[in-house]
Amino acid sequence: MKALELSGVSVYYGAVRGAEDVTLDVDEGEIVALLGANGAGKSTLLKAISGIIHPRRGSIAFFGDDLGKLSAHRRVSRGLVHVPEGRRIFTTLTIGENLELGAYGTQHSRTERAQRLEEVLGLFPLLKQHFQRLAGTLSGGEQQVLAIGRAMMSNPRVLMIDEPSLGLDPQKVDIVYDMLEEVSALGTTVLLVEQNVSLALEIASRAYVLQQGSVVLSGPSASLVGDPRLADAYLGKAGGAKD
Amino acid sequence: MSLLLNEIGNGIFLGAFFGLVALGYSMVYGILRLINFAHGDFYMVAAFVSFTILGAVGVGHSHNQWWTVVWVGVVVMVITGGLAMLANQLIYRPMRRAAILSLMIAAIGLSQVLENGVLVTPRWGATYLVFPVTTPPSGFSLGSNHYTWGQLVIVLVSGLLALGVYFLVGRTLLGKAMRAVSEDRIAATLMGINVDLVIAIVFFIGGALAGAAAVMTGVYYGQINYLMGFTVGLEAFTAAVLGGIGNIGGAVLGGLILGIVQSIGTGIFGAEWALVVAFGALVLMLWFRPTGLLGERVARRM
Ligand SMILES: Nc1ncnc2c1ncn2[C@@H]1O[C@H](COP(=O)(O)OP(=O)(O)OP(=O)(O)O)[C@@H](O)[C@H]1O
Ligand SMILES: [Mg+2]
Repeated sequence: MKALELSGVSVYYGAVRGAEDVTLDVDEGEIVALLGANGAGKSTLLKAISGIIHPRRGSIAFFGDDLGKLSAHRRVSRGLVHVPEGRRIFTTLTIGENLELGAYGTQHSRTERAQRLEEVLGLFPLLKQHFQRLAGTLSGGEQQVLAIGRAMMSNPRVLMIDEPSLGLDPQKVDIVYDMLEEVSALGTTVLLVEQNVSLALEIASRAYVLQQGSVVLSGPSASLVGDPRLADAYLGKAGGAKD
Repeated sequence: MSLLLNEIGNGIFLGAFFGLVALGYSMVYGILRLINFAHGDFYMVAAFVSFTILGAVGVGHSHNQWWTVVWVGVVVMVITGGLAMLANQLIYRPMRRAAILSLMIAAIGLSQVLENGVLVTPRWGATYLVFPVTTPPSGFSLGSNHYTWGQLVIVLVSGLLALGVYFLVGRTLLGKAMRAVSEDRIAATLMGINVDLVIAIVFFIGGALAGAAAVMTGVYYGQINYLMGFTVGLEAFTAAVLGGIGNIGGAVLGGLILGIVQSIGTGIFGAEWALVVAFGALVLMLWFRPTGLLGERVARRM
């Protein structure tokens, strides 16, 4: 079963092209990476999938259902969750309140939500420790853990996460990636956006490489490691730049 | 000394009205960063609506007249909440991507529309209207001051409503969603929060509180006028800023402080100085503490 299926998706910000004619799919249970240099269109695609922006052309299907113009908050209740770039936790709310809001979109009862909270706190003990603290006082790594924990509160079918390693020291990056593997092991499908290629290819089974809004390369991670075209995509060579 | 205590007592009473209206100002500001200049006019319209409903159902002089006032009060709260929500839906929501200054100008326009709308409405108009029911003079003494039961009830009702809002915003899931929307609308959407609905609810609550204040104003002061929203709007706005706009506790605290300061000020200088005292207090506060008493969070958010 395809968890996500994009066909011919083009996204524009006014006249600025964010993504052009992107076709990709993610199987249920898979971890798929979306790679590319700054401005390649990675975040744009995640935003289009979560419904924060609507594509100008193309279609996005979630477990076989075309999402069309379904509003973003409704996609969350279907089990499609997006951890945005920069984490965007609610800094003026406590850790506990952030987590509670993670389950807002679900139709779960109060007891189900409480039970889910216990599960997530069990998965990520760090959050339990700081439960009453304002989220804004957490370190960058802790904030990323919170962002993932918050996303997991709704028990999503698909988790999309945008540059989880951004701004973290290597040790924290390991923690976050361990979390993602745990999330995946629980059966959640993961679509991962990363700048750190080797990190992403280690955890993902397949990857798509974007350049200037379009897919220029894709395939199983093993076949992409060491592919010179991958480095070119990051250095902007495939676009016909000098040297 | 006892004179001062009296002024404080009067100030708390006055502050209850300011606080209720300030809450609506502050909540809408908190969620949209919009100073809704039409808010005072929701309060004014509510006073006229309650005047008309009370006139239509007839309160007479029976013992039951206070139950009538209570249920009419609840109905007016719902109507005013609905009016505020409608204003949001028709005016502010379509402007969500516009600069906040444009929304503020729209708010001033709406304020004019409401005031002039009441002015030209048959049976409402420009004259002072006398409320069909007023609170009786009986009451109790505290120090050398006499307070009526009506004043006590008004302070208690205001306090309960404010506590209700405080609980709603602080403790319930909806309140957490409100704070989330206030901090980051996109992130809130990504939690599955229907941001437009949450904003609409905030308008409703703000309007309903203004409605409650309006009914109490009507039955306490006994008369209403189409310009009453202008002054109260300014005073409530002052109260909200004093307390730290965007902050629930701040609105109530600001209302009480403004009420007390104004009471003491008019006790010394005379009633015609009420607004001068209010704005003087505002200027002083902005000088020494630009974010208001409890407002540091807002400053950070901006
Ligand atoms: N809100 C916006 N308004 C206008 N243009 C935008 C906006 N957001 C992104 N863009 C443009 O769309 C293109 C793709 O941007 P996007 O943010 O998707 O890139 P990205 O791959 O996520 O990059 P990064 O690794 O830097 O996060 C870029 O050219 C960018 O300038
Ligand atoms: Mg990005």
